[in-house]
Amino acid sequence: MSNTQSPVTEETAAGGGIHPVENKFTSWLSHLLSDLGKNGIFLALLAVVLFFSVVTDGILLRPQNISNLIVQNGYILVLAIGMVMIIIAGHIDLSVGSVAAFVGACSGVFAVSWGLPWWLAIIMSLGIGALVGMWQGFWIAYVGIPAFIVTLAGMLIFRGLALVVLGNANIGSFPAEYRALGNGFLSNVFGDLDLDPLTLIVAAVAVVALIVGQVRTRNARAKYGQEVEPIVWFVAKLVLITIAIGFFAYALASYKGIPVTLIVLAVLVLIYGIIMNRSVFGRHVYAIGGNRHAAELSGIKTRKTDFLLFVNMGVLAALAGLIFTARLNLAGPKAGDGFELEAISAAFIGGAAVQGGVGTIGGAIIGGLIIGVLNNGMSILGLGIEWQQAVKGLVLLLAVAFDVYNKRRSGGK
Amino acid sequence: MTTNILEMRSITKTFPGVKALSDVTLDVERGTVHAICGENGAGKSTLMKVLSGVYPHGTYTGDIVFEDEVVEFKDIRDSEAKGIVIIHQELALSPHLSIAENIFLNNEQKGAFGLIDWNKTNHEAAALLARVGLKENPTTKILQIGVGKQQLVEIAKALSKRVKLLILDEPTAALNDEDSDHLLDLILHLKEQGITSIIISHKLNEIKKVADTVTVIRDGKTIETIQKTDVTEERIIKDMVGRDLEHRYPDHTPNIGDELLRVEDWTAHHPQDPTRVMVDDVSINVRAGEIVGIAGLMGAGRTEFAMSLFGHSYGSRISGKVFMHGKEIKTRTVSEAIKNGIAYATEDRKHYGLNLLEDIKRNIGLASLDKLSSNGLVNDNEEYKIANGYRTSMNIKAPNVLAKTGKLSGGNQQKVVLSKWIYSDPEVLILDEPTRGIDVGAKYEIYAIINALAAQGKGVIVISSELPELLGICDRIYALSEGRITGQLPIEEANPESLLKLMTMEKPR
Repeated sequence: MSNTQSPVTEETAAGGGIHPVENKFTSWLSHLLSDLGKNGIFLALLAVVLFFSVVTDGILLRPQNISNLIVQNGYILVLAIGMVMIIIAGHIDLSVGSVAAFVGACSGVFAVSWGLPWWLAIIMSLGIGALVGMWQGFWIAYVGIPAFIVTLAGMLIFRGLALVVLGNANIGSFPAEYRALGNGFLSNVFGDLDLDPLTLIVAAVAVVALIVGQVRTRNARAKYGQEVEPIVWFVAKLVLITIAIGFFAYALASYKGIPVTLIVLAVLVLIYGIIMNRSVFGRHVYAIGGNRHAAELSGIKTRKTDFLLFVNMGVLAALAGLIFTARLNLAGPKAGDGFELEAISAAFIGGAAVQGGVGTIGGAIIGGLIIGVLNNGMSILGLGIEWQQAVKGLVLLLAVAFDVYNKRRSGGK
Repeated sequence: MTTNILEMRSITKTFPGVKALSDVTLDVERGTVHAICGENGAGKSTLMKVLSGVYPHGTYTGDIVFEDEVVEFKDIRDSEAKGIVIIHQELALSPHLSIAENIFLNNEQKGAFGLIDWNKTNHEAAALLARVGLKENPTTKILQIGVGKQQLVEIAKALSKRVKLLILDEPTAALNDEDSDHLLDLILHLKEQGITSIIISHKLNEIKKVADTVTVIRDGKTIETIQKTDVTEERIIKDMVGRDLEHRYPDHTPNIGDELLRVEDWTAHHPQDPTRVMVDDVSINVRAGEIVGIAGLMGAGRTEFAMSLFGHSYGSRISGKVFMHGKEIKTRTVSEAIKNGIAYATEDRKHYGLNLLEDIKRNIGLASLDKLSSNGLVNDNEEYKIANGYRTSMNIKAPNVLAKTGKLSGGNQQKVVLSKWIYSDPEVLILDEPTRGIDVGAKYEIYAIINALAAQGKGVIVISSELPELLGICDRIYALSEGRITGQLPIEEANPESLLKLMTMEKPR
């Protein structure tokens, strides 16, 4: 630029000097709003928690109740992880409750009737879940029967087989290690203290790992020239999350420590979060759900992906069945009744789209937690099961209606 | 009282950004067969949709005079009430219902208590079937009869509505010769009974057989109306294509190298009806740096050829050989085809090309995740960088590559599709209607991208129904008709007339 032109540039620079402040604020605001939009489901959970902690006079947030919330809903959350993946790919699975019951019954035979070691019983049960998934995946992916039909049949088939395995009786008294899956706690390794140190240490490690991970992601994005959110908002978010984890950990530590179910869940969320966000397989699932033809014409093996999704669902349904059986210390014929509906609700409340292609693991978990808090809160209030059902149904309907409304608004361009 | 049953006066119809019809006039004499000719996209179907009320009164300007009375149709039922019935190219029959049920769909033959009188339904249907010369039981389901017979059912349905003016949109496009002949005879037979017909077609021999008058439409305008005695093939072709070739195409200096892709004796059959040959013994080749066109009318088997070649994505009983650099390759699955250096960008972006729910970045990466990942994990940041590079170089108009492709314009969507396939680093790109539904400015950009690909030594196959486009960008053009290659012309010898002649060449019989 030549000297003669410099006054002009100075002028524009000065004129622009007023705007950066405004721009900073507006961009701040727009980030806040877009994050609120993205995290709407998180806010919904927060609202439900606040509402019930007020109307239950704080019983909801008592340490014991928080711990119970996790343990009571663990199996639904495990199912929700597999279910949301199935729904993203454009399918549905109605059989998971029956499969959980069937596998729970099998595990009873292995661990109690046959007296096999607890770990062998668990591995064999998960294997049966995988076989069930292969069976259903075969019909859906390779024969081309809609998942609705195959898993509706599976719902009947595996409920029936569960009864066959149980022989019209309950199987109970599982080994202690097996029971830990459903109601064990990791605590007291440093002796019996009021506040379990291990829980606090684990929470601290989790917070540090989260912060380090977030900062690294942010830096990498910036390095590749991607837009990142303002530093203030970034820090504020981390502080909020740290407070939430801290509160949660304090509650667990002052009760019995970390539930084993929570550890299982945390590992699953981490692994499946990576699979759906970052792996090639996850991309394929979203691509298939978003546009199956385009995915096929991009060289994606859609049948194989469908098949693997149902195998995965089978294994997770088996795990849910194990956790449920361990919690009750009983394999019974009624186990898993209605699980499929809670898992499907969790996925849809968590933002999955009915047509497929949209949804997240995190959303499904939060959706599951919303259902859990509703169950728990209404129970504390002494509301009957009939009202609980009706309210949950209404929440599901409103959540999906909101999703449809949103889509119509943005698609009506 | 005139002898014209229909007069369409100064019809103008605009879509956002496009003038589809401009001041079109059409007079159809009572008791005649009137043919309408024109290239794909000339405006024939739009004109018929205006006439039949698909585009209601008020969405176009100009007057429709039917039986000496100005009519204003609000929907297709209005026009049917007056006796105008249109039979679309894609038949509108319900496959699981019977012939009789289809004929009287939404016009049910009712008896006592408003219930359907099945005896009457089937009896009336049988009478209508006799009129169209179809020997089938009225209770036979539609899916059990062939396309030719289904076409006759549509006509029977039209007759049941007391049709006065029958419009047939490319009625023989999906028919074999025997069925076509029968259909054309039927049109003449109906004419004797006083039913006027408009037939949209670009098969010149069948026009000569049935039409009393021919109107040619081009670029949304009426070119001329010719009486039967004056109809010649040359005159119609000249009318159809006689537009000026402006400078709508970037300069292209071919630098042609060795042969890349050669396809020999490629044959594919219809996926549902394996007796129908859709791609018939096609042999073509493409050299490095060469832009090769495939010209063909609607239904000639262009897309069918490309998709069957690309991972057997279309058809059944596929046979033939494919060579890349003179070495035989297999393309039985899409990933095999991609691995062997072939890319195919579909004519239907929305249904076959893009995941509209996803962002630009993920759409571009989708066909090349192998390159973007290690240990099964995708490198998001690398993908962002790559996608951003294409956003700049292809001039994709979007705030960033995290924008959802569903929100982009047609031209920008097409650029995303092209980016995706260019990033898969193929040797040969097959581009199926690369500029369909795109405005003129974006078209120019797409042509420039095609030229750049050729300059890099890629082979490009362009499938297009717009002849000027093929003539403007290609080095060599194959003509496809009824699934067969009927000839190839180097660009120096190619012109609309010579191409149309090849494109309408029918199987020797």
